Amino acid sequence: MDMKPSKKQLALVIDLNVCVGCHACVTSCKEWNTSGISGYMSDDNPYGEDPTGNFFNRVQTFEVGEYPNTETVHFPKSCLHCEEPPCVPVCPTGASYKREEDGIVLVDYDKCIGCRYCSWACPYGAREIDEHQKVMKKCTLCVDRIYDEELPKEERKPACVMACPTNARLFGDVHDPDSNVSVAIREEGGYALMPEWNTKPANHYLPRRRTQRSINDDELVRADNPLNKEIEVSKPNFDEPSLDDSTSW
Amino acid sequence: MNPAFSVIFLTTLIGVGQGLFVAMVTGQSISALGFLPEQSNQYYVFGSIVVIGFLIAGLVASFFHLGHPERAWRAAAMWRTSWLSREVIVLPLLMGAVFVYGLINYSEWNLSELGITNGFKGDLALIVGIAGVVITFALFICTGMIYACIKFLQEWSHPLTVINFTLFGLCSGFLLATLIAQYRAPDFVSLFGGCSLVFLLLVLITRLWSLYRNSKIRHKSTLQSAIGIRHNKIQQKSQGFMGGSVNTRDFFHHVGPIFFKSIKWIFLLLVFPVAMALLISGMMQQSVVLLAIAFGLQYVGLLAERWFFFAQANHPQNLYYQTIS
Amino acid sequence: MSETSSPKSEVKTTTCYMCACRCGIKVTLREGEIRYIEGNPAHPVNKGVLCAKGASGIMKQYSPARLTKPLLRKPNTDRGDADFEEISWERAFDIMEERLSNIRKTDPKKFALFTGRDQMQALTGLFAKNYGTPNYAAHGGFCSVNMAAGMIYTIGGSFWEFGGPDLERSKLFIMIGTAEDHSSNPMKVALSKFKRNGGRFISINPVRTGYSAIADEWVPIKPGTDGALMLALIHEIIKLGLYDREFLVQYTNSAQLVNLDEESSEYGMFLRTEIPEEEGCFDPQNKLWWDRTSNRAVVTHTEDADPRLMGEFTLDDGVNVKPAFQLLKERVEDYTPEWAEGITGISAEDIRRIAHEMGVTARDQKIELPISWTDTWGKEHDTVVGNPVSFHAMRGLAAHSNGFQAIRALSILMTILGTIDRPGGFRHKAPFPRPIPPCAKTPNTPHAVQPNMPLDGMPLGFPAEPDDLFVGDDGKPVRIDKAFSWEHPLSAHGLMHNVITNAWKGDPYPIDTLMIFMSNMAWNSTMNTQDVRKMLNDKNEDGEYKIPFLIVADAFNSETVAYADLVLPDTTYLERHDVMSMLDRPISEFEGPADSIRVPVVPPFGECKPFQEVLIELGSRLDLPVFVNKDGSKKYRDYPDFITNYETEPGSGIGFLAGWRGKGGEKFMRGEPNPNQWEMYAKNDCFYMHELPKSYQYMRNWNQGYLNWSQKHRLMRYAEPILIHVYSEVLQKFRLAAQGKTDSKQPPDHLRERVDTYFDPLPFYYEPLEAQAIDKHKYPLNAITQRPMAMYHAWDSQNAWLRQIHAHNYLYVSPQLGKKNSFEDGDWVWVESVWGKVRCMCRFSEAVEPNTVWTWNAIGKAKGAWNLASNANESNKGFLLNHVISEELPPNSKNEVFSNSDPVTGQAAWYDVRVRVYKADDQTTPETFPQFNAMQPQPNAPKRRNWLAYVAGKSRK
Ligand SMILES: Nc1nc2c(c(=O)[nH]1)N[C@H]1C(S)=C(S)[C@@H](COP(=O)(O)OP(=O)(O)OC[C@H]3O[C@@H](n4cnc5c(=O)[nH]c(N)nc54)[C@H](O)[C@@H]3O)O[C@H]1N2
Ligand SMILES: Nc1nc2c(c(=O)[nH]1)N[C@H]1C(S)=C(S)[C@@H](COP(=O)(O)OP(=O)(O)OC[C@H]3O[C@@H](n4cnc5c(=O)[nH]c(N)nc54)[C@H](O)[C@@H]3O)O[C@H]1N2
Ligand code: SF4
Ligand code: SF4
Ligand code: SF4
Ligand code: SF4
Ligand code: SF4
Ligand SMILES: [Mo]
Repeated sequence: MDMKPSKKQLALVIDLNVCVGCHACVTSCKEWNTSGISGYMSDDNPYGEDPTGNFFNRVQTFEVGEYPNTETVHFPKSCLHCEEPPCVPVCPTGASYKREEDGIVLVDYDKCIGCRYCSWACPYGAREIDEHQKVMKKCTLCVDRIYDEELPKEERKPACVMACPTNARLFGDVHDPDSNVSVAIREEGGYALMPEWNTKPANHYLPRRRTQRSINDDELVRADNPLNKEIEVSKPNFDEPSLDDSTSW
Repeated sequence: MNPAFSVIFLTTLIGVGQGLFVAMVTGQSISALGFLPEQSNQYYVFGSIVVIGFLIAGLVASFFHLGHPERAWRAAAMWRTSWLSREVIVLPLLMGAVFVYGLINYSEWNLSELGITNGFKGDLALIVGIAGVVITFALFICTGMIYACIKFLQEWSHPLTVINFTLFGLCSGFLLATLIAQYRAPDFVSLFGGCSLVFLLLVLITRLWSLYRNSKIRHKSTLQSAIGIRHNKIQQKSQGFMGGSVNTRDFFHHVGPIFFKSIKWIFLLLVFPVAMALLISGMMQQSVVLLAIAFGLQYVGLLAERWFFFAQANHPQNLYYQTIS
Repeated sequence: MSETSSPKSEVKTTTCYMCACRCGIKVTLREGEIRYIEGNPAHPVNKGVLCAKGASGIMKQYSPARLTKPLLRKPNTDRGDADFEEISWERAFDIMEERLSNIRKTDPKKFALFTGRDQMQALTGLFAKNYGTPNYAAHGGFCSVNMAAGMIYTIGGSFWEFGGPDLERSKLFIMIGTAEDHSSNPMKVALSKFKRNGGRFISINPVRTGYSAIADEWVPIKPGTDGALMLALIHEIIKLGLYDREFLVQYTNSAQLVNLDEESSEYGMFLRTEIPEEEGCFDPQNKLWWDRTSNRAVVTHTEDADPRLMGEFTLDDGVNVKPAFQLLKERVEDYTPEWAEGITGISAEDIRRIAHEMGVTARDQKIELPISWTDTWGKEHDTVVGNPVSFHAMRGLAAHSNGFQAIRALSILMTILGTIDRPGGFRHKAPFPRPIPPCAKTPNTPHAVQPNMPLDGMPLGFPAEPDDLFVGDDGKPVRIDKAFSWEHPLSAHGLMHNVITNAWKGDPYPIDTLMIFMSNMAWNSTMNTQDVRKMLNDKNEDGEYKIPFLIVADAFNSETVAYADLVLPDTTYLERHDVMSMLDRPISEFEGPADSIRVPVVPPFGECKPFQEVLIELGSRLDLPVFVNKDGSKKYRDYPDFITNYETEPGSGIGFLAGWRGKGGEKFMRGEPNPNQWEMYAKNDCFYMHELPKSYQYMRNWNQGYLNWSQKHRLMRYAEPILIHVYSEVLQKFRLAAQGKTDSKQPPDHLRERVDTYFDPLPFYYEPLEAQAIDKHKYPLNAITQRPMAMYHAWDSQNAWLRQIHAHNYLYVSPQLGKKNSFEDGDWVWVESVWGKVRCMCRFSEAVEPNTVWTWNAIGKAKGAWNLASNANESNKGFLLNHVISEELPPNSKNEVFSNSDPVTGQAAWYDVRVRVYKADDQTTPETFPQFNAMQPQPNAPKRRNWLAYVAGKSRK
């Protein structure tokens, strides 16, 4: 189904160039949401074997290339708030929906029957059923923060964005060409995940960028080289033997 | 995917019910046309009850899949976009049709009671029956499309999914019909048995085709497209969530390659040669027991088939969750 | 209803303590339960950001591992059984009072207090000193004393709390052997800005994770060889003249003339003028330069003199001399890149390239800030100049037995590039820089320890010469950990890793009571864990424990708690007052001194009591002078009262907190106690920061204005310049003693050679001691650990959220190694060292140097510890590398046993261990080895739920 493009499309832009894989976004998300509108985010076996729980954002690590040319890439991922979200039309109850006003994809927990179908229909693995509340959950883009007028303006951002120590998570409207996120996508080569499915993820990723420096040989031999100051030291004494003493030509 | 037993039972049970219903209506039509002897009303009533029984059993199984079965009614809301929602509408519709069909047969209502007379006995039942068959096929399509419509589950995303669901349903339903006929309406045995064999041969072709197709699939999503890095050597080395998560549980079958392969052979054997041999010899020896075994084993095979159907689908999300460390 | 406007919600600010980084946090409470912990944007440390641990504080607060009451080991149970009875605090105090007052009356050194990752060394140290025991130290010795000492003895400051890279202005940043470090959030904030500004980031590390992942270049070095790399870099930079001559001349001792008369007791010392100089804890300005113009020796910093950095000269009295820099140049002559390639595994070409990049960036991308300042020689400068190459290094350098000299080499590399306390380079944080070495000294005689008397000196300090050592006339150590003895003369932080072993052996003497605060010494912070656990439980023939009484103050049911005779339940960071004091590790920034506090945001759980309160109560009961009035009555009501009113000396005006001093809070650094100090801190987001004038923010070693300011505010006693010790006379003094050339204290004969070797006044490279002592062919691999960013040592396995991230650990190995030794990714393998072996699972990784294997630190747990279920991943699949690391080296040819530590500083050499790795075919159970009997939950443990659904304000009803 074609959705009417929303006027505004809020999204996250994740800068892989600076993400150090610290998981701050992971636990701050959990912390904010477990007592927020998402209701609790349950944890099973929290102190036993194979502890597991509900998270909206997870960080995976990838190794690219072979030693010694290895890149280690930390890769945070939450719901990408696709512009053509395959997870929405499949939902039989209408619990999954994409908001007209800002493009956020949400689940209405009162309608959700916990059939998991939407999670099958998300290629990114961004939806997680809460095994206890039995409803589908996912990143809400912190709707309960970003519009909270009680918060100071600069704090009306998702919890993960506020926490991220490297500022690898940018938040804004990707439909506004002048927003920080649009500029970043444009100028830093932002890309979408699995473009092959035309889901048009609103979240984008910024690639690694490598700063390199090359040094010219003549930068190494310069007149102001401080060694020049020491060179005279090795000047031999006048009275040391020299050719002058042996021949007159 | 990690096969969910609720869904395996749902799809196979309603498949049997649907096939059986198609068989009943076919039988009734053909006998109405006079090619086969008429059968008692009780037979059709009994058949309808069995059909409904299977449909209900399927429905019950599906409830196990739901987190909130008490809200299941909500699932009818999105019929415009969701095949699941459509299935949720069509399934009760079919139940209704079967119920009415059974009721008509039970009450021996005819169009004549509405003042319309024609030469056919059970004309009203047939009309409802044929409408029911249409609904049955709609249900096959809905069920199949639930899976076939997910583009990136490439193993599923093909008309063969719908065709196989339909043919498996018909084949198993007709086999059950053969069994019931042997017990209640021996005149229909050859017809149902014959049809079941035909469907069996057809689905053998289409299922082998889909197995072949699946073995040749080149998945469009790769680690490269999943994380957007172009390098031909990328490995996921997760660093976190070592106790697992929904992502590591729901989307992968977690069985070894040998188990996985043997399920394939089990279903190929049970559904096809075993069921076929038992069906034929059951028909020849007019043995209810043999036919019952044929149906039972084929159904087990179908469970395996459906398990394999789910398990074989590679969900692209797994690209992100391959290793824990 | 909006989250924040809910009438039942309130927000309090305090300081995080999920790690030692000390970020400012805002804690939102809902109906008394923690709703949310977020970074405080107003805080100078983290500027609003948080880390994975910080955001998981809720799960620490409500952890089922929490201790709730004082516990006493039940009679007739063994240590380690964790079979306790609950007792009252009154009883606990009575037990401690009786025991400790008896010890104090007889031999106070039989009480030892060792503390782990705490932030209150100012108080614990004060307690120990007043008690009169020399046996006190914190975790520094097993942590990173090499880093502290190596740099402090060279540049007068160090990394972490004491200084760091000015990434805001830097152009090239080299990070060496750092995984996470203490400056967790600030480093991440700065690194990301740095990268986005186009800075180039090189990481030197055998493993590429975390920070190294985002480096522009990864230099996979063989562990323990960084010293060689640093020396080769210095070689190349000197060879090409890429050093900052001006800087070396003015601000370091490079041009100072060294006595080459081998016969003299002054051999290797700087020549000094006859001018009588005031003596004190500083480096007097009475050395000589060789002036180029007049071609003779002149007093350093003589106006218009232009000293030689190289050459050899003869003084009028016939003494041959060389400038220190000439000696450095000679030292690195043979340390060529080709030489280093063979040791480090980094190609000579790469070493050269990196050296050139450092040198050229430093030289050509100079920063000049329009900030005028005056140097200590009275010269005015219109600008502050900086060479934008910066470094950060941590335990990858420190945790090796050759770390001190490697770190000296690094400090010298930073120095010759001219990057000390300059824009874009390394910058100090108050109270650093300090004199080289700092003034604090331990006593230097066993007589300093007297019954019923405070210790005559500090338990820890910075020896400047052999006479400062804390040894008896026989040269024997006074301290139980043998710190400040000839075995480890500059062990500024003590050697906590040897305490249990030494006490068990009775070498140098047995002790009576060991008190451990906030350290998990029966598990992850101990080397040779299995044996240490046995030692803790070992008895003499008379049935008495070898270490008779063990007190553990902890907040959680750790492995060490199981071994305690008496357990003191502490509060969590959200329940107590704390100070991050200028007397310890404050939160200062480059721009000026800062310190901070913690205030309780939730009430203490159960009967937990802040350990500070315990010390103050105990100190009062024991009549320790600082804690009691003349009449013997309790001087401080409680810890907050102590902090408010304590002064280092009556009327000194110096206390634990520097902000809002003076009666009305109008003074800082110094001033009378202010009764409202806590409130004033609390109102200011729990921190105090004094921003220095711009002209005091750089060149502080030699900045007249800054030095005077710091003298005036009593950060330092002297306002003398702190010249960088490219050449270390301090080390030479020890060497001269070892050579018998001076009449200072002398090392025992068997240690002369050791001291002579390692106390080289110039950096040199030697192979780590363990590698020298064992068969490297049999144990070809280096095994190291790393800090995971989302876990803090042992603390976080009880944390329901964090333990989902790291539930167990693998050994990461190169696939080449697997191929060679026929095992596969995911296989169970044995990791074997000379000391023992552990079994674990392995993972192949392309991001590790092929001769190195590594794992996350402290993820493995003992069964049942931390109130985890006995089938928890941490104990069944997790493992601790510590089992294969030894606290002692193999006996040498003379059958002497030394600590597995740096011979200069006593730094524990965690990362020296050599192993081999092979497939575990003999396995019957899929479990790691070794395993221990399951620990019991603590009495009245909070419920261990099977599933959690935390919602603040609702969950605990
Ligand atoms: N193999 C290997 N071993 C290592 C290292 C390594 O790199 N490799 N690193 C070493 C280093 S540098 C260090 S610093 C040590 C750290 O090791 P430790 O000093 O042992 O630190 P932790 O493991 O954090 O344990 C500290 C104890 O403090 C307790 N605790 C936490 N919060 C509180 C509180 O508020 N109050 C009280 N009273 N107790 C509390 C915890 O429960 C825990 O028992 O480990 C060392 N061990
Ligand atoms: N999240 C978190 N933060 C922490 C801690 C924690 O437990 N968790 N612990 C705190 C404590 S107590 C400390 S002491 C600090 C320690 O902070 P770090 O020093 O950053 O900690 P380590 O994990 O010991 O990191 C050592 C790094 O050095 C590398 N390395 C090992 N050997 C060598 C070598 O020979 N050469 C080089 N170049 N690199 C080498 C390792 O691969 C690793 O990356 O972290 C503090 N911060
Ligand atoms: S908080 Fe930021 S740096 Fe840390 S893992 Fe998340 S995105 Fe990466
Ligand atoms: S990422 Fe997945 S859950 Fe989120 S909108 Fe896209 S398809 Fe839906
Ligand atoms: S799980 Fe809930 S949200 Fe997802 S498809 Fe089913 S009803 Fe819709
Ligand atoms: S936007 Fe909010 S809900 Fe989404 S990942 Fe970030 S913190 Fe979680
Ligand atoms: S780095 Fe994290 S755990 Fe450490 S103090 Fe800061 S927020 Fe707390
Ligand atoms: Mo440490």
